[in-house]
Amino acid sequence: MSDFLRDYAIVAIFGGLAVLLVGTFIGVSGFIRPNRPTKAKVENYESGVDPVGDSWSQSQIRYYIFALLFVMFDVEAVFIFPWATRLEAYGLFGLVEMVIFIFILALGLAYAWRKGVLRWV
Amino acid sequence: MTALQLATNIPWWGSTGIKVGLGLAVVLAPAGLTVYLYLFKMVSFMQSRLGPMEAGPYGSMQLLAEVGKSLQKEDIIPAKADRNVFAMAPYIVLMSTFLMAVVIPFGPNALFTDLDTGVFFALAVSSISVIGILMAGWASASKYSLLGGLRAAGQLIAYELPMVLAVVGVVIQAGTLNLQQIVYAQIDGEIFGFGGLGLPFILTQIVGFGIFMIAVQAELTQVPFDMPIAESELVSGYMTEYSGFRFLMFFIGEFATAAIFAFLASVLFLGGWAVPPFVMDILGIDATSNWFNVLGPLVMASKMLLLTFVIYWVRFTFPRLREDQLQKFAWKVLIPISLVNIAITGTLKVAF
Repeated sequence: MSDFLRDYAIVAIFGGLAVLLVGTFIGVSGFIRPNRPTKAKVENYESGVDPVGDSWSQSQIRYYIFALLFVMFDVEAVFIFPWATRLEAYGLFGLVEMVIFIFILALGLAYAWRKGVLRWV
Repeated sequence: MTALQLATNIPWWGSTGIKVGLGLAVVLAPAGLTVYLYLFKMVSFMQSRLGPMEAGPYGSMQLLAEVGKSLQKEDIIPAKADRNVFAMAPYIVLMSTFLMAVVIPFGPNALFTDLDTGVFFALAVSSISVIGILMAGWASASKYSLLGGLRAAGQLIAYELPMVLAVVGVVIQAGTLNLQQIVYAQIDGEIFGFGGLGLPFILTQIVGFGIFMIAVQAELTQVPFDMPIAESELVSGYMTEYSGFRFLMFFIGEFATAAIFAFLASVLFLGGWAVPPFVMDILGIDATSNWFNVLGPLVMASKMLLLTFVIYWVRFTFPRLREDQLQKFAWKVLIPISLVNIAITGTLKVAF
């Protein structure tokens, strides 16, 4: 394997390590823990009273527009990182370009702000 | 010759085995240490009580006792829950922690892997935990869990942006995404021609550091930003239905992530594993010296303890923010400030 792949192999191994750690502990605990489920025990917890209605009840996701804004700014971050790495080489040209880019995005945020989507709705 | 330098001479599978062992230590040891020192003891002293005193000297074995207790606890899965997703959620949360730890450098050679996109990778995998938390909240089939999971998702994505944008300032200054190179850039830096201190980026990026630490606090759902697990209204949020060891896994994941974020912040802003260059001159070693493979982890541990102290200090001092205040703070204060910070840093970088 090349060094490049080996660097990422460690990443994969660490991901597996997390799974192994949790799996081992939950597996070991499987041998020593009691397992006596009763009807009341596997009921959902609602502060002691019997649960009312469906558990996956309809609830208002108040900040769904934020998810859209988030995508916008996350893509921005993807563009900003390579620029930030090479700013010294780009010089003034790169700086002006990026300030315009950030300005347009800030305009988007200002629009959302003005439209009132950043409020509790 | 240290054990860590030997590791570069032994075959790849051998060094990988060592790295796996050290990786477990890097994730679990700081988590255990900070939970005992700060969560058990410091908060007790702040509240004029002693805290755990029975298990071991000064209660230092309390965490082991907790692990033993949790191992024996019944694993209750609600009848209505989506069992597979419910069981999978702790794995994903802990996986995000381990993947973040993989890029942190602890010395010139003492690192797990040297990715060129280090910072970017760390920030990317840190947000995987959102998926685990949302899975936990949804699969529990409980109203509290569902509300907690949705709040967590909204909060984590809102505070991820200021965090990412705060790091851009450091990247502009260092000119690289590689965490190891960022440490070297801070060693080589000069303050108006004076190189004795190096240039820890906290001096120039104090705004970025502040935003980063606030965002870390929110990503960890620690107290000023703990709406997702607000005890007084949501029982325990997305963790309500978890019991026994699965709950402990969320717990460990949260505090291990706190320590890893502190490691990351000390690499980005406090100079990482290096000591100031004038100290290096006194000791007669340079930045690539093998001594740093031993000294570096100790330096990193002290910086981590310092930053986690701040995290827990804030946690036990501030009242909780309301959900809308919390979102408003991220979108209307932190993001505009971090955008301005990027523009100013970029301008100064080009000007000088």
